[in-house]
Amino acid sequence: MSRLSVKLPGLELKNPIMPASGCFGFGKEYANFYDLSKLGAIMIKATTLETRFGNPTPRVAETASGMLNAIGLQNPGLQSVMENELPWLETFDVPIIANVAGTETADYVEVAKTISTAPNVQALELNISCPNVKCGGITFGTDPVQARDLTAAVKKVSNVPVYVKLSPNVTDIKEIAKAVEEGGADGLTMINTLIGMRLDHKTGRPIIANGTGGLSGPAVKPVAIRMVYEVSQTVGIPIIGMGGIADTDDVIDFLSAGASAVAVGTANFVDPFVCPNIIEELPAKLDDLGIGQLSELIGRSHRL
Amino acid sequence: MIIQEKMKVVRQTEIAEHIFELTLAGKLVGEISSPGQFVHVRVSETQEPLLRRPISIASIDKTLSQMTIIYRAEGRGTKLLSSKLAEETVNVLGPLGNGFPVKETSEGETAVLIGGGIGVPPLYELSKQLKAKGVKCIHVLGFQTDAVCFYEEEFNRLGDTYVVTVDGSRGTQGFVTDVMAGLETDFATYYSCGPMPMLKAVQNAYSDKKGFLSFEQRMGCGIGACFACVCHTTNNTEHDYVKVCSDGPVFPAGVVSI
Repeated sequence: MSRLSVKLPGLELKNPIMPASGCFGFGKEYANFYDLSKLGAIMIKATTLETRFGNPTPRVAETASGMLNAIGLQNPGLQSVMENELPWLETFDVPIIANVAGTETADYVEVAKTISTAPNVQALELNISCPNVKCGGITFGTDPVQARDLTAAVKKVSNVPVYVKLSPNVTDIKEIAKAVEEGGADGLTMINTLIGMRLDHKTGRPIIANGTGGLSGPAVKPVAIRMVYEVSQTVGIPIIGMGGIADTDDVIDFLSAGASAVAVGTANFVDPFVCPNIIEELPAKLDDLGIGQLSELIGRSHRL
Repeated sequence: MIIQEKMKVVRQTEIAEHIFELTLAGKLVGEISSPGQFVHVRVSETQEPLLRRPISIASIDKTLSQMTIIYRAEGRGTKLLSSKLAEETVNVLGPLGNGFPVKETSEGETAVLIGGGIGVPPLYELSKQLKAKGVKCIHVLGFQTDAVCFYEEEFNRLGDTYVVTVDGSRGTQGFVTDVMAGLETDFATYYSCGPMPMLKAVQNAYSDKKGFLSFEQRMGCGIGACFACVCHTTNNTEHDYVKVCSDGPVFPAGVVSI
């Protein structure tokens, strides 16, 4: 076993680093830069039952040390993802985590049922936290009962373990985390973006056509760390942590806060090589900290 | 191939009000395949400002491994970029996107190049390459006002050049379409880059001609992964789209819904 390896429900990761859903498409663009097999896993772009165009543009706006986005779950739909995207991605030696989105329980269930049978999809990431769509998404993620019931419904049909992606846009994220654990979730991924807004100085109107967008990037990291710290001490299922990770030190922080693995999102846009660079730097960082096995870092903040 | 490189600043000059001409050297230049491609520039090595800035390539010198980009220093990022001095380095990702097809105009034919404001720069390399293969180029360059005009002389050396300003402080007063109305009509191709309303007006004015338009859109990744810069196409299906960064930024006229 390599010192970077992590074992999670359904996932044998050679290292804890994976690109976050929505920031990596279905991998093709980044395969031009490096061998995707280097990654711990890949979280593919949210897939819905039907094709979605998403929101009008502008869809992104930069903010202080971060960015807002309101893409709106644009994707080619389940059938096309199964036929055109996954067969190519399956050729790499890297587990696929399929992000599943929908507007009502029935379509989450249908997408989950089908996509969890794809050869190298080893886990699902249930997206109940997208802030940029009018129906579904975050409405499931902000009500504990709905979150629990949807998790249970998806668990029932999924061939692979189910991780639920939590929204930070709630009063008490621990409550939602407990509810999805009760619904049978095998793990959590957190956090999705924080709802924000940027105005145009001249017109006074929002820059993003959708009005609001999801805030990501280094600006959200302290919020994510706090939430991983709290939730990891509340539930018994593992967490894949994310929110503003841009370098190796950020990874150490998320593991220390209680995450078992991490996802890198916005930083891929700044540096397409950020994931392989972090993977390369991790062993030396463990040496600096006097740590043998990466897993020894997980939750060390709790012991203080 | 797209590469990420710390390119060396050769020189930087303010050539008009808030308009900067930045020449960079590096092996990335060898990868540029067509005029109208762009680069994604990181203006700071810190996390503030965070995202890269997409800037079109204005000219290429493959023998010196140098390229020139021209941009308006308006926001936080481009203002920082404008402070870079010779010998400093700039982190550049590129070349990105698909540029103007030079091959669509044959030797001996005429091409009309229409640019608006900060959309003018990529037309310069295009004109150089068209002229080199024996195409006669006519340039129509639109600006807001005299203070922000640039490259009139450079374009003049390559072919007939008409400058038009909104306030009439230089060249003809009005919009590019006002000049276009008086031009010869027996040209083969038109190429255009500028703000969306201008592209729309140009496309309408030359609806019976073969043309290529370069679009601008707010971008995230610049490589086609984030879906920030999508545009609807003219196909009447709700879900049909193109990405400006990786499918474009140049499209044949009539493809993108404008």
